Amino acid sequence: MTVEQGIFLFIGFVILFSAFMMVTRSNLIHAALYLVLVLFGVAVLFVLLDAGFLAVVQIIVYIGAIAILMIFAVMLTRGNVTGEAISMNSVFGWGLLLCSLFGFALIIMLGQWPGAAALAPALPANWNEVSELGVALVSPQGYVIPFEVASVLLLAALIGAIVVARPPQKDE
Amino acid sequence: MSFWQDPIAVIGQLILDLLHSLNLPEGWIVFIYTLISVVAVASFGLLLVIFLIWLERKVAARFQDRVGPNRAGPFGLLQTFADMVKLVTKEDVVPEKADKLIFNLAPILSLIAVLLIWAVVPFAPGWIGTDLNVGVLYIAAVGSFGILSVLMAGWSSNNKYALLGAFRAVAQLISYEVPMLLTMMIPVLLARGMGMVQMVTVQDTWFIFLAPAAGIIFLVSSIAEIGRTPFDLLEAESELVAGYHTEYTGMKFGMFFAAEFLHAFTVGVLFAILFLGGWRGPGAEEIPILGMFYLMIKGFLGYFVVMWVRSTLPRIRIDHMMAFNWKFLTPVALALLILTALLDKIFAGTALRLPALLGANLVVLALGYWISTLMSRRQAKERTKFKKRPVAKPA
Repeated sequence: MTVEQGIFLFIGFVILFSAFMMVTRSNLIHAALYLVLVLFGVAVLFVLLDAGFLAVVQIIVYIGAIAILMIFAVMLTRGNVTGEAISMNSVFGWGLLLCSLFGFALIIMLGQWPGAAALAPALPANWNEVSELGVALVSPQGYVIPFEVASVLLLAALIGAIVVARPPQKDE
Repeated sequence: MSFWQDPIAVIGQLILDLLHSLNLPEGWIVFIYTLISVVAVASFGLLLVIFLIWLERKVAARFQDRVGPNRAGPFGLLQTFADMVKLVTKEDVVPEKADKLIFNLAPILSLIAVLLIWAVVPFAPGWIGTDLNVGVLYIAAVGSFGILSVLMAGWSSNNKYALLGAFRAVAQLISYEVPMLLTMMIPVLLARGMGMVQMVTVQDTWFIFLAPAAGIIFLVSSIAEIGRTPFDLLEAESELVAGYHTEYTGMKFGMFFAAEFLHAFTVGVLFAILFLGGWRGPGAEEIPILGMFYLMIKGFLGYFVVMWVRSTLPRIRIDHMMAFNWKFLTPVALALLILTALLDKIFAGTALRLPALLGANLVVLALGYWISTLMSRRQAKERTKFKKRPVAKPA
């Protein structure tokens, strides 16, 4: 076993464990902190795959936002932070069923994909993932339309947030 | 290469030879070698703190016309060691209703968040923890652990004052992160890459001349990011309860303290790398240890500005601080980013690059200042306008 495989197994275990803990904690802050561990583990997986840019963006976007999530958890909920709330509601059974179906589908699909068991091919010597990603995002052959649609959506969300947060204008 | 010119390379080679002589598999050699370098870089940062605390106290004392620590050792140099012994031997109080694990993790995380930045600091040619090709973004990413540690400390203390202090701190840190990140992108644009080594090697002209306004905004928002006067609303010990670390004692408080000091110097070093050419200077390419010397000089220059501002300016009111960030720093940084991208592309490789960028920076800074003074005057006028007050009327 190489060091890299060892790290992968360890991180995989950490991700699964904290994901399980995250959904079963009744204390919202603990759940949020386990979520941090899950997201950090995924970032480490990106690093193992030589995708440093994605790893760093994962940490900025997700872990950076967790702090805000925790503030909302504390401010908007009462009992849930002290651990008195229950973390399951009445549609728990349906959720479990759907999740297991989805999980099995994923396992079957990945099992049929030949790349799942293969080793990652070595990257070319002067590989620059950042500029590759940048070109792919704005080139017509790449992802320019989804990229622009997502930008417009985010802009709409921003403007919506401002409209909601604005104090009502008085007509005088 | 002799030891005195490049000690790190010589020692590194020695360790590598030793590991190879043990006949370990190649993967393990890389792993152990990396581990040793991590410990070396982290210890450097932690040892630096001891000196920084002494320096800060001495400099602050000079600004306030005092002598500063002068009892323990020559020039009071051993004062910090005495303080450390005091902190370590103090009683470690953990509040009864605190969330023990998170309470103990928070100070460690806050120190780690700062130490992680040093992994991508290029000390000299060839001296760098790891040359990530996304170095600048990495610095922004590890900053989010610092924010997380603040909230963890505030919440787990189970103290309303600590929690409110944490909210206050997070609001400030997240707000000032925006102009800081925007201005960090400007050196990235100019360097055509995010790697820290590339950042230094392309600075034939220091970026402070190409983007002076960006440099100033970066320094200002970084001072807010480390929570120092005039932005020390996080702590404000003279008018508010101490903030998110109210419940911490002994060495756990000391870790928050050390993280803050190290972060202040780290900001100086980052400013030196992004805007002052990093380790570059006469003869640094041939003799790496000179590069280390130059970087430290430049880093301490930035650190001195931080200390200087700290001991000169009073604290800013919270609403002024937020308005300054959202209504001045952020729009100016955005305008600068767009203008720099445009001008740098148009004038790339021509002699006009420096004057065009310099001029654009100064114009944007002046315009931003002019507009913000205009706005604040108008607001002041509106505030003083006559308002109808409730008057008692005879029945």
